[in-house]
Amino acid sequence: MTHTPPFRLPSGGRRIDRAYQLPFRFDGRHLRGLTGDTLASALLANGQMLMGRSFKYHRPRGPVASGAEEPNALLGLGQGGRFEPNQRATTTPLVAGMVTRSQNCWPSLDADVGAVNSFLSPFFPAGFYYKTFIHPRSFWKHLFEPIIRRSAGLGRAPTDADPDRYEQAYGFADTVVVGGGIAGLTAARDAAQAGGQVLVLEQDSLWGGRTPIDHKDGQAAIDALLSDLRGRPNVTLRRNTMATGLYDHGYLIAREALADHDPNQGIPRQRLWRIRAGHVVTATGALERPLAFACSDVPGVMLASAVRDFIAEYGVAPGQRIVVVTNNDDAYRTALAARAAGLDVPAIVDARPVADGDLPRAARDAGITVLTGTGIAKVKGGRHVAGVTLCDQSGEGRVTDSLDCDVVAMSGGWSPVVHLYSHCGGKLTWDKAQAMFRPDPDRPPLGADGKGNVTAVGAASGDLRCAGDLERAEGATQPVWVMPARAPYKLRSKMWLDYQNDVKVTDVELAAREGYASVEHAKRYTTLGMATDQGKLSNINGLAVLSDALNQPIAATGTTTFRPPYTPLTLATIAADAKGEAFQPLRKTPMHAWHEAHGASFEPVGQWRRPYSYPKGAEDRHMAVDREILAVRKGVGTLDASTLGKIVVKGPDAGRFLDMLYTNMMSTLPAGKCRYGLMCNENGFLMDDGVVARLSDDTWLCHTTTGGADRIHGHMEDWLQCEWWDWQVYTANLTEQYAQIAVAGPQARTLLERLGGSIDLSQAALPFMQWAEGDIAGIPARVFRISFSGELSYEIAVPAGRGLELWERLHEIGQDLGITPYGTEAMHVMRAEKGFIMIGDETDGTVIPQDLSLGWAISKKKADYIGKRAQRRLHMVDGKRWRLVGLESVDGQVLPDGAYAVAEGVNPNGQRNVQGRVTSSYHSPTLGRPIAMGLVRHGPERMGQVLDFPMPSGQVMQARIVDPVFYDKEGSRLNG
Amino acid sequence: MADALAAIARVPGLGMITIRADLSRAGDALAEATGLAIPDVAGITTDGSRSLGWMSPDELLLILPEAERADAQDALTQALMGDHGLVVDVSDARAVFDVTGPHAADIIAKLAPVDALALRQGQLRRTRVAQTAAAIWRIPGGFRVIGFRSTADYLGLILTNAALPGSQLAPR
Repeated sequence: MTHTPPFRLPSGGRRIDRAYQLPFRFDGRHLRGLTGDTLASALLANGQMLMGRSFKYHRPRGPVASGAEEPNALLGLGQGGRFEPNQRATTTPLVAGMVTRSQNCWPSLDADVGAVNSFLSPFFPAGFYYKTFIHPRSFWKHLFEPIIRRSAGLGRAPTDADPDRYEQAYGFADTVVVGGGIAGLTAARDAAQAGGQVLVLEQDSLWGGRTPIDHKDGQAAIDALLSDLRGRPNVTLRRNTMATGLYDHGYLIAREALADHDPNQGIPRQRLWRIRAGHVVTATGALERPLAFACSDVPGVMLASAVRDFIAEYGVAPGQRIVVVTNNDDAYRTALAARAAGLDVPAIVDARPVADGDLPRAARDAGITVLTGTGIAKVKGGRHVAGVTLCDQSGEGRVTDSLDCDVVAMSGGWSPVVHLYSHCGGKLTWDKAQAMFRPDPDRPPLGADGKGNVTAVGAASGDLRCAGDLERAEGATQPVWVMPARAPYKLRSKMWLDYQNDVKVTDVELAAREGYASVEHAKRYTTLGMATDQGKLSNINGLAVLSDALNQPIAATGTTTFRPPYTPLTLATIAADAKGEAFQPLRKTPMHAWHEAHGASFEPVGQWRRPYSYPKGAEDRHMAVDREILAVRKGVGTLDASTLGKIVVKGPDAGRFLDMLYTNMMSTLPAGKCRYGLMCNENGFLMDDGVVARLSDDTWLCHTTTGGADRIHGHMEDWLQCEWWDWQVYTANLTEQYAQIAVAGPQARTLLERLGGSIDLSQAALPFMQWAEGDIAGIPARVFRISFSGELSYEIAVPAGRGLELWERLHEIGQDLGITPYGTEAMHVMRAEKGFIMIGDETDGTVIPQDLSLGWAISKKKADYIGKRAQRRLHMVDGKRWRLVGLESVDGQVLPDGAYAVAEGVNPNGQRNVQGRVTSSYHSPTLGRPIAMGLVRHGPERMGQVLDFPMPSGQVMQARIVDPVFYDKEGSRLNG
Repeated sequence: MADALAAIARVPGLGMITIRADLSRAGDALAEATGLAIPDVAGITTDGSRSLGWMSPDELLLILPEAERADAQDALTQALMGDHGLVVDVSDARAVFDVTGPHAADIIAKLAPVDALALRQGQLRRTRVAQTAAAIWRIPGGFRVIGFRSTADYLGLILTNAALPGSQLAPR
């Protein structure tokens, strides 16, 4: 029989407003729906049952369900940056002007070339890809995988940036009820009466769940509960909010749809709620199961509840002649609803031998034929249901009769929605009487107190009656996993379990035969329950079939793991506001705006942005680096060193503490002086370095690397709080309190003296490695005579709020001295010219100070320091370690950073042996040639030897081992 | 276009002093030096001009007009003289924002894992707003948020974003 109009019923449909038509487009066709429609109901109302193609065989697909469990009716929605693939038509509200398209078909939904896979399906059994594409091995990477990847996947990823806003919010409640049906609202009322804040989340825009549809007094009962709850100040009711995941400690994730229907109104489109719940009540209802009969995937075969929903909610007739097939009483409601809407119901096909409860009786009273003990042998029709043939349910499928119809409304029973309950460890139990897995109340998810913190209620707990006063009697469900019970292979191979992934009864049976006894393995092997719907419809039927094939009870097979999210979350919702400028906190020094205004080319250093160099005119950033270095070496330059860590350490035990933290002695440092220090971890490896200044008798200021500021402060507090809790030491991280400017170059003193102030900057008053306090240019300052460039150098720390003022003053009065701002790269090159190490270049977490010839900075007098014991381990002292040397390129080329020096022979893996690597490598503008440092086995003992550095191109670069100090070995420039 | 959910205003001119000491021993001296009661755990005391916040079991933060900072620092140093303690100026290390208006709590709820509605006057929360560290407490008409100076632009941006007109958290 053909699918014939009218598709919209003359009356009914509680969600739709017939006065308001909404135009929309589907695959380019202009269609009209009504306000209140979902995409699915609007398409059905236009006679469009075909909505997609299945993943593997490209078989025609229509909607099966009416809610979030829909596996088939997945559409591409929107255009450009708002394009979204895989949107479920059954839960997407229709919006005027919506542009939608079908997926997984080419050139069109009606004439899909990929459907040829369907005719070849006997050649694509479960595991086909695994078996076929495994040999020869090399073909996988280069041939098979690229082709499979291109043809895989439902829908297409959007290519443009999402133009919409999203946000997150934190919620707190003593009780969170997930699900606003009758069970949830009743639980919310009870919780509210008991006291505490109660939050109720409902995925839909309407309250009540199935109750208003399935019970004549349902809406009144829901309205009464809502009115009670709205009068309670401790209750929050939130609609359009899907709880997608429940985690430990009552942490619940939910997505609130705010402007999905109208993203142009300027508010966030969706909001991700991160909720801390004292107790979670899952009132998430149940999902109806399909029945597995031959050709059960033909468009027009739908869940009985979905057929009922389309009629009652949207006034849409999925078909004119509806055959109901069931193993329970509930589906009779669909037959009655269809009949009441004026549609034909040729028969109710009931697999049970007897059906004589209230609902079957009502159906018979309404004149509907009820065929008990009967099953569907096969669905007729290709792109749409044309009829069914019937058989004895207990037999092998011999056809006893046939019926014309355009819709088959099936019900294989109901499965509680146990996802949230299971996400964080709640256990399920197989309820044989009701043929369902339901939450085991004795094994709930546990809270921090060891007590259950999640309770399932209503249908979600396996209680399929309406709660409260609306209880109703129903006959027992009879488990039917295959229809008919003794169907031969020919029929079983056409019984679809998973519509989205084209998994059939015979695929699961094959997996069992091939040894996939674990339900988790069988899932991966067959793809049952994968992809966007995660088996919401197919899981239970699939594992029942698996159990049967394994000849074991369903409880022994168990379920696959339920993992969040329950329904997919878009990445935009998860990222929320963290995009564009707000992607990450970008830390800025007090002089940041000046750097920007002066053309700085920035580099990220942790979350800071530091000027790499300041290109001028036609310069690129590297040319600028050369210019900056020469300016410092010949005149004077300024570096923004504000990002360096500055930690003050004070107390009677501060000296003792620092002696443990640093490898050298800090307690003996006189007040007013500075000392370079190395910090190692417990394994002896170098983790940070910096200059320590003794501020007073009991106070030290420790400079750390930029990246080390927070980490080293944490390291200090860790030792003070956990190990040496009785030592009297306080620390404070003052990194952000001060702006710090390095003024370096032969003219540094001349420049600073021009600023005036109370500090004597002369060589006699402030020699190298001393500091002084006073004011400079009227700004309170500390001046440290320290140098990372090898030049005469002062680092000046002033309150952060006055850093820019000092920086600008320096540049005003230093023009005639050629004052030049220099960036991090110039700093790096100048320190390498001097052979100074850099944490992160010369160290990588496996390097000890001794490797870097920094033995002079390791105290021999101290009984202990962190890392000392580790540095005495055999491997640290066996003389085979790679040690720091300079590397001089033989042919004048700059060695690539990280290049390896090879040694003779190969290792057990057949790789060339190595004997060293480049740790820093630059072109030195000062020397006019390349310089490099590296770690080389026995390096310092091999001066003058030439090492080979093979390049990926096959070329071999060579470098000679030299002293790592390339410039001013005597250190005479330090004093200007 | 509707109004922003709350007014976001950077607060200049505040001095801040970090105090570390054994509060059980030095508490009285510190209370006298600051003119404020020592706050309870996770609390903050105020006289309207100065505030004293509990930062950790041995750390307090004094917030006061910048003009009074130097004298207060001297007084605190004096108060701890002879005791093991640390008094340092952190005024320049911080960025301070006031979030005020009828929906101010919504801004906090969007950015900080804090039950903003339940946060009472006199409580101080050290937490984060979005991806940066912050402390939050109630002030008349809203909340005060302090973070680090280097992330002031980020703080201002995310607070303003969270105040997007029409985005209040109340169910609709």
